[in-house]
Amino acid sequence: MTSSGIGGSQASASRRLAAWLHPRRRLQLGLLLTSPLLWIGLAYLGSLAILLLNAFWRTDPFSGKIIPEFSLDAFAKLASSEVYRTIVLRTLGMAVAVTLTDVLLGFPIAYYMARVASRRTRRILLIAVLLPLWASYLVKIYAWRVILQGHGLLDSVLAPFGIAGPGLNEILNSWVVLSYLWLPYMIVPIFTGLERIPESLLEASSDLGGKAGPTFRRVVLPLALPAVAAGSIFTFSLTLGDYITPTMVSGTKFIGNVIYDNSSLGSLPLAAAYSFVPIVIMVVYLFIARRLGAFESL
Amino acid sequence: MRTIRIPALLVCLALIGAGCGLGSTSSSASASAGSGGASASGSALPSGMATSLPPAEDELNLVIWAGYAEDGSSDKTYDWVNPFEKDTGCKVNTTDGRDSANMVSLMATGQYDGVSASGDATLRMIAAGTVAPVNTDLIPNYADVFAGLKNQPHNTVNGVPYGVPHGRGANVLLYNTDKFPTAPTSWDVVWNPDSPAAGKISIYNSSIYIADAALHLQQTNPELGITDIYQLTEEQFNAAVDLLKQQHDIVGEYWNVANDQITSFGSGDMLAGTSWQYQLNTILLDDKNAPLAAVLPDEGSTGWSDTWMISSTAAHPGCMYRWMNWMLDPHTNALATIWFGEAPVSQQACAEAEKISPGHCDSYHATDEAYFSKVHFWSTPREDCNDTDPATTCKDVEAWIAAWTDITGG
Amino acid sequence: MTESRWVRIALRAMTTLALAFIYLPIIVLAIYAFNDSRSQVWPPGQVTGFSLRWFGEAISNERVVDAFITSIAAATGATLLALVLGTLAALGVARHRFFGREAVSFMLVLPIALPGVLTGIALAATFKTLGVDFGLATIIVGHATFCVVIAYNNVVARLRRLPRSTEEASADLGADTWQTFRRVLLPGIRTALLSGGLLAFALSFDEVIVTNFTAGPGTETIPLWIFSAIQRPREVPVVNVVALALIVLSVVPVYIAERVSGAESAVVR
Repeated sequence: MTSSGIGGSQASASRRLAAWLHPRRRLQLGLLLTSPLLWIGLAYLGSLAILLLNAFWRTDPFSGKIIPEFSLDAFAKLASSEVYRTIVLRTLGMAVAVTLTDVLLGFPIAYYMARVASRRTRRILLIAVLLPLWASYLVKIYAWRVILQGHGLLDSVLAPFGIAGPGLNEILNSWVVLSYLWLPYMIVPIFTGLERIPESLLEASSDLGGKAGPTFRRVVLPLALPAVAAGSIFTFSLTLGDYITPTMVSGTKFIGNVIYDNSSLGSLPLAAAYSFVPIVIMVVYLFIARRLGAFESL
Repeated sequence: MRTIRIPALLVCLALIGAGCGLGSTSSSASASAGSGGASASGSALPSGMATSLPPAEDELNLVIWAGYAEDGSSDKTYDWVNPFEKDTGCKVNTTDGRDSANMVSLMATGQYDGVSASGDATLRMIAAGTVAPVNTDLIPNYADVFAGLKNQPHNTVNGVPYGVPHGRGANVLLYNTDKFPTAPTSWDVVWNPDSPAAGKISIYNSSIYIADAALHLQQTNPELGITDIYQLTEEQFNAAVDLLKQQHDIVGEYWNVANDQITSFGSGDMLAGTSWQYQLNTILLDDKNAPLAAVLPDEGSTGWSDTWMISSTAAHPGCMYRWMNWMLDPHTNALATIWFGEAPVSQQACAEAEKISPGHCDSYHATDEAYFSKVHFWSTPREDCNDTDPATTCKDVEAWIAAWTDITGG
Repeated sequence: MTESRWVRIALRAMTTLALAFIYLPIIVLAIYAFNDSRSQVWPPGQVTGFSLRWFGEAISNERVVDAFITSIAAATGATLLALVLGTLAALGVARHRFFGREAVSFMLVLPIALPGVLTGIALAATFKTLGVDFGLATIIVGHATFCVVIAYNNVVARLRRLPRSTEEASADLGADTWQTFRRVLLPGIRTALLSGGLLAFALSFDEVIVTNFTAGPGTETIPLWIFSAIQRPREVPVVNVVALALIVLSVVPVYIAERVSGAESAVVR
């Protein structure tokens, strides 16, 4: 067995190391996982934990400084005003609406791409769907502003029918634009998931007497569900945290706006306290999605 | 795995320990800047204030309002960054602050040397020790600044200045001349539910607008006894918030950046609202015949006089002091205030402005102190009402932000 | 399954509608890139008609060019970092059985599942506490946190489908761990790395929320530049041009990635 011939002793040193590591599976695992886990664990989760700690501190109203003494002030402030509850419900509702919309819009095109289109068409469609991801998020929102603003494109299209457009103060705008922005994130996982369904399964189903409808319902849909769940993680979480879109196209406030508005100096405890809401929601959502097998289909 | 876990845990704990310093900004800075309580009595300068002009370093990092540090890339004539760089050797890097809260956040990172702060940010940063007092003796051009721009409550604490002015301007009533053939004389048009512009009113999307409500209440409800529209007692504050919630029904847009209004008024969508002269100027630049005009209503208005402030952790104080002096230079100040649409800071700057844009100082009332006596510059709401009377308590800026969320978020 | 003719027609129609929806704003911004006037009112071409003037202004704008270079640098750094970390984690999860396997996936997905504004605020505060200078490095760190999961998912999915037998055969033939990795695993996951890397690159290139908090003075990415340019009415037209240019430019990498991974998926099916 000749080694790759770099240099006798060098090659054998790495081989020796490899041989030494080989049976020590746990150590291998440990070494593999150290860097990524340190990264996410420390850099990300550590920072997040410190931020959330601020939720339990209070602000000195005179100097605006944060005092690291335990206090539930911030949570009390959140509970005292109804608007914070309203905003949570509104954001949650929007996240659900956007997710459902994207599933309804994205599934047909993903299905077409994965199972009906020819190889060449599939490639073109995939590129066509992915390209807008490269268009700047901000610019896309801005383009929608031009479409939705008073005297904008939509207005001029509706004018002959005597209908006035929504203008930029309408929450429906956020629904349209958010569904638009996250649509590719829904299409791609569903496409990948549908693509993976072996033809043989579907043939077997029809061999067993299943017609198109039931086959779809009983074979394709359950197999596609993890992919849909995976896509929904993106649409749901991105909607839950977004603050730029609502500000630019609808003038309404979402969870992200409250956090952002309060992110400077003395109001940080309030922002941190409010952050618990989307975090808890997303953790629960992730658990459900994991159950549905989403993590294998991301 | 166990051997990996323990060091990780230790590092985590260390981070948490370090994180205790997270809320309060760098403690050394707060000690030296004297949390707004530094008195100028005695010959000793307030701590944190430079005593002599440091030598120029090689770069300068600024947080600015868009348009405050032009380098000619938008319009070749309007460039006061390149001449500064040539003159001092300080390379200027600018970061646009999206709004006052954003500017406060950015400055709190300690990465910047200076900021062009509006009054709703200045006192917050002074109290938190983010910015240092300014030794105006080191800024030769400061002597020429109009008296009406010195010692302003939004940037001077106990007689100690914390920056130099960029200019001053009023929030004007921008209106559509087709809808209002005669100029409105009062802010009523944006408050009255029967206003001809109802549903097409454009309001500034910031908690500082609560002060405008207070201004209106000064006229309609004098019994509330509002003397300072930025320092409101509980009763005055609640009245203002109620008024704003009423107004919410007739508002067509809450605008965030100037460009929002340039589009909404330019297209004829919005008919009246609170605005800056900048918007009108820009619209007219593209379309001389746009049916728009701006006016300062009789009862006065809120306004702003942005202050160039130096960070207490500035890495390049020499460059920053030179920048502050530069921005007060007559020619620079003329360019800067013409570009944005506000009044220059000195007689000399007005003279320069006349050469570039004749009539500039007159249209912005630069020397008209009577005009500016009706303009209430943005300031920071404080719990102690920013006065010397310990008995008074007012709503602080956090309460304003929370209320604004309530008004616009509902 | 052969779909009925009606179903195919319906699917084709819905696909067309979806594509029209997807490209509507893109077409709008493309039109405005040629709009001579500065204003963004509709319809374009008012007042002064159409022209190419903003293209010239975009190319000669130093700040735009700098931002572009910074964006490329940041995205490259973040992608490489994400690929390395993601592959390490994927190898660990796909090739070993251990308690807490699912927890790893869970942890890695958090940065992308939780609001970006939280990541931004948290990281900025940490950097400040550690006394780190904000700049390109901090941007890369910020981006890498949510890009890791993209690389991880692609590689894990691919590893799950690679038969263990080839690796075992390689070991049987005397290759050590490194050689097996280099010659058997790496080629096998190459397309996953490419598609994961491309998606990570796109995410990083376009990211604005976290970048807003982690960039320092003097470091400006394209999205940050756009964010400030949108506020300056005189620069909005240049923004349209830049956006259009980015879309056109991105056809190349997307096409290449598609070709490479397309060949792969044909085999798997």
